[in-house]
Amino acid sequence: MDAEITLRVDGEAHRLTVDTRTSLLDALRERLGNTSPKKGCDHGQCGACTVLLDGDRALTCLALAVAHDGAEITTADGLAPAGELHPVQQAFLDSDAFQCGYCTPGQVCSAVGVLDEFERGWPSHVTEDLTGRPEMTSDEVAERMSGNLCRCAAYVNITPAVQQAGGAR
Amino acid sequence: MKPFAYARPGDVAEAVRDVVAEPNAVFLAGGTNLVDHLRLGVARPDLVVDVRTLTSREVTDLPDGGLRLGAASTNSQVAADPRVRERWPVLAQALLAGATGQLRNMATTGGNPLQRTRCVYFQDVTTPCNKREPGSGCSAVGGYTRYHAVLGTPAVLPDPAAPESCIATHPSDMAVALAVLDARVQVLGPNGERTIPFTELHRLPGDDPSRDTVLEHGELITAIDLPALPAGTRSAYRKVRDRASYAFALVSVAAVVPPDGELRLALGGVAHKPWRATRAEEVLRGQQLTEDAVRAAIAAELADAQPQPGIDSGNGFKIPLVARTVLATVRGLLPEEQS
Repeated sequence: MDAEITLRVDGEAHRLTVDTRTSLLDALRERLGNTSPKKGCDHGQCGACTVLLDGDRALTCLALAVAHDGAEITTADGLAPAGELHPVQQAFLDSDAFQCGYCTPGQVCSAVGVLDEFERGWPSHVTEDLTGRPEMTSDEVAERMSGNLCRCAAYVNITPAVQQAGGAR
Repeated sequence: MKPFAYARPGDVAEAVRDVVAEPNAVFLAGGTNLVDHLRLGVARPDLVVDVRTLTSREVTDLPDGGLRLGAASTNSQVAADPRVRERWPVLAQALLAGATGQLRNMATTGGNPLQRTRCVYFQDVTTPCNKREPGSGCSAVGGYTRYHAVLGTPAVLPDPAAPESCIATHPSDMAVALAVLDARVQVLGPNGERTIPFTELHRLPGDDPSRDTVLEHGELITAIDLPALPAGTRSAYRKVRDRASYAFALVSVAAVVPPDGELRLALGGVAHKPWRATRAEEVLRGQQLTEDAVRAAIAAELADAQPQPGIDSGNGFKIPLVARTVLATVRGLLPEEQS
């Protein structure tokens, strides 16, 4: 069964007809040719498909495209609009925060979300004082990034990259 | 994936009517569990009715000092709410112990308690499962039981072929906190509104393991209310899992200690429903919360616990683990001189 939707992706509006079963991930990759979000597990377990969905980091494999008609989506590609890298992307390069790179677009989008959540003072599971402002320690960053798996295990460099990008803001 | 029709009605009343009119319809909110089930073939609806943008996203103060969580408020939003962090820390901690940042941004207050068990056999459509396919049997009995129930199960080991057998646990962390907080569930259904005490929302498998809750077809959670706690109340959530982050609970404990010292206790990862430890609470009524008293109370709670044998030595480890986790949680909530 088909439905007509509009998605605003990396600043550009697209009108498309999708089967109601289409995930946001498949709509982006297969219909709009944006291969920045990756299909890892397709079950919400790996984080490779992470984008910013209406400003918040979210998993496109667990979102039905039809349910997000009118959504504003930013992929890792859209974080560097004129080829100028986002501070998080630059920090990943500087810290050598990847090997094969397959999880990296999801890691980068997630990290942008994490920095925004720090900015808003959101606590995490490892925050000692729930009523205080969390600090950007490596424990805090690691906990907040736990939804992005890296099979190359570049975690030891991903955590400092996120911290560097956070400090540079 | 089986084809389905999708509807986003104009309001919640229309959404309820749409679901009532189609026996094989489901509500969709954040989708973090349902979309996975559509893909796995665990859920096979003909109609998906999207309510994510229909119920309230707001968290509002109630006149009695409580808080109303709109059904569409997200798990991350509620966990970050300054009122929740300050006055209901057990709920903020439970939410933050669950899932990941991305999932918490999508998962909702109304949807989280309605997520389904992560029993591996329930999620694998090639295996018998009474919850997924009533009458087909239970593959978990004698199978992989590490994440399965020890409370609320029959006194004798269940028969894997019996239609009522089910040893699944409820996976939600949030629900354990809501159980200890005596939250109230606001529901809209074909016969109007009703309020369900949170501890009565979920059910034990009984003779129908396919039903997780007492909600009837077409009944929609519109909000969950947190009653006020007396000033000076302390509360905490403690979760034990196989990884430090992003894993379901083996065992979890939600505890509330009001100024009068009457402990309130709920357990996760041990039963088909979030388990309010009423027996332990009863034993402790009017008593000092000494280590020995808490130990005796939790022993009473676990008196009928039924460990499940199975692959990797089964789940008997949960019984001492519950006792130790309760002790550690309560100890953390007592003033220095008392612990």
